[in-house]
Amino acid sequence: MNKKVLYFIRNKTIHFILLMIAVAIFNFILIDLSPIDPVNIYLQQSSVSEAQRAALEQYWGVGQPITTKIWNWLINLLQGNLGTSLIYRVPVSQVIIEKFEASVVLMLLSWLISGLIGFFLGVVAGKNRDSWIDKIIKIYCYILQSAPSFWIGLLILIIFGVELGWFPIGLGVPIGTMESNVTIWQWLARLVLPVLTLSLVGVAPIAMYTRNELVEVLSSDYVLFAKARGEFGWPLIERQALRNILLPALTLQFLSFSELFGGAVLVEQVFSYPGIGQTAVAAGLQSDVPLLLGIVLVSAVFVFVGNLIADILYYFVDPRTKENESFDV
Amino acid sequence: MNKLLEVDNLSIGFTQYFKGLKQRKLNVISDLTIDLYENEILAVLGSSGSGKSLLAHGILGILPPNAEVNGLMYYKNEELTDELKEKLRGNTISLIPQSVNYLNPLMKIKYQAIGYIEDESLKNEKLKKQEEIFERYNLDKTVGDMYPHQLSGGMARKVLISTALLNNPKIIIADEPTPGLDKKSVDETITDLIDLKDKGVSVILITHDIDTAIKTSDRIAILYLGYIIEVTETKNFKYNNENLLHPYTKALFNALPENGFKLTNGHQPSYLNIPKGCPYQDNCEYKTDKCLKKVPPLVKIGTSLVRCYYPIIN
Repeated sequence: MNKKVLYFIRNKTIHFILLMIAVAIFNFILIDLSPIDPVNIYLQQSSVSEAQRAALEQYWGVGQPITTKIWNWLINLLQGNLGTSLIYRVPVSQVIIEKFEASVVLMLLSWLISGLIGFFLGVVAGKNRDSWIDKIIKIYCYILQSAPSFWIGLLILIIFGVELGWFPIGLGVPIGTMESNVTIWQWLARLVLPVLTLSLVGVAPIAMYTRNELVEVLSSDYVLFAKARGEFGWPLIERQALRNILLPALTLQFLSFSELFGGAVLVEQVFSYPGIGQTAVAAGLQSDVPLLLGIVLVSAVFVFVGNLIADILYYFVDPRTKENESFDV
Repeated sequence: MNKLLEVDNLSIGFTQYFKGLKQRKLNVISDLTIDLYENEILAVLGSSGSGKSLLAHGILGILPPNAEVNGLMYYKNEELTDELKEKLRGNTISLIPQSVNYLNPLMKIKYQAIGYIEDESLKNEKLKKQEEIFERYNLDKTVGDMYPHQLSGGMARKVLISTALLNNPKIIIADEPTPGLDKKSVDETITDLIDLKDKGVSVILITHDIDTAIKTSDRIAILYLGYIIEVTETKNFKYNNENLLHPYTKALFNALPENGFKLTNGHQPSYLNIPKGCPYQDNCEYKTDKCLKKVPPLVKIGTSLVRCYYPIIN
């Protein structure tokens, strides 16, 4: 490995550690400032004696100074102990792994689909700049970009779930069926509408970005020179432009991991899809502090990974950045 | 000698929007008439930003779609239609562009040099030829695998010249090949251009560098405000100005360092205010009412063409 790669890894590792510590501390402080009383949440209005209550308060650390609480939280975190979820009454890590699995399929599929369709639409629009097809794609993107994703989700639910009845209206498995008895088709059928919603919403930015990049490349001097040498039409775009716009598009798509996560939260709520997004909402509404903190940490890791991949692409795939680049923090 | 290319009364204009929705028409080239013979270098000389590149793009048929083009062009006495331009460009007529910006930053040099070839065996053949040409221009074997940003200015110019040679062109249009180069590279470029001519290629050298034009070309066409005002043999520039006919050309000659650095007052007007009548009227000491009314036609005097009612004949 050369020096550059080592620098890259070193700097990214430092970034990651600092980011996680900051996220952990700030979120803990926010939750601590909120009026949530963990003991009341835990008890859920069941009556206990004063002594039992005092024991619980000691367990939850009520009344301790915030620095002690943060310190304990960080130490537990280092040991991989995220605490126990108050809603599910199982370790937070277990809940997160289970819910995240369901969400990853949803997010990955819509990420892929929106990326492919968005890139394709962007290329078509850019190649046929100012034609009717370009205008249609632009209008489509503006509408989607300005519409909230939960609203798109509701529309799709009404059209395909309720009116047409093609797909189930929600939930991860059919009502009254054990998870272990669900067929893959039943499971897939429930995935279609959420994936469709997330993909539709994700298409807009990548399509518009790709279109503008292509328009810029097509008006560049090197495309003019290629034309002067007899290249034209689709081969011209394939040879001279695709590679040049693919890298920025991929970078953008990886950077959009955060929006993907945010979109999943809303869409899972609309379709009652039992993923990490819905769990996050539930944890927030029912004041499940350990679970909420755990999900925040996991989402930070998720977004960091997206940005990291974008950085790797940017630094190592483009031949122009292969040399004389330093990675000073 | 046979005439290869003829450009008759070429005009190129653009309609622009300014101040919101107001339109104005910008005539960048108003009347460009030149001809190119076999085995000659014709320099088209004009000041910077005088739309010289558009002439190259016009001949190749790669002007932007909003350009309004008028006039006729002929290749070997056959009208140069859009279809013919499409057929000739890249093969019979090649362009040597201005700078490394005309190379795709993400493509290896050798693939750019050979251009787009679908057939695999033909491609390998071209790659072999490309290596030969690179060797002839003293370009290292490794250059083929480099990316444009790794080339020095001189290397880039050689690569650009090589790209034009790969298809055995009849006409090469060299668009400003010298600006920004050091003295040594300029001299090399001059040698390369003459070398091209010796190989039987005709060259249109588009430049604002009068020195390079004098050192390389057989004839010089002078462009002023979008009009060709004089086409003269290059030797007329060499010793004295006796055979230069247009007042502007004479002033140009007198302004050369070796001829006394005499400067004429005034400057070329903007394209937004092209005067009615002779384009040179603002700075001409010989003008009369006639010059203000109508653009003088391009007339033949001896071996020269000149656009002036009162050419200076000694």
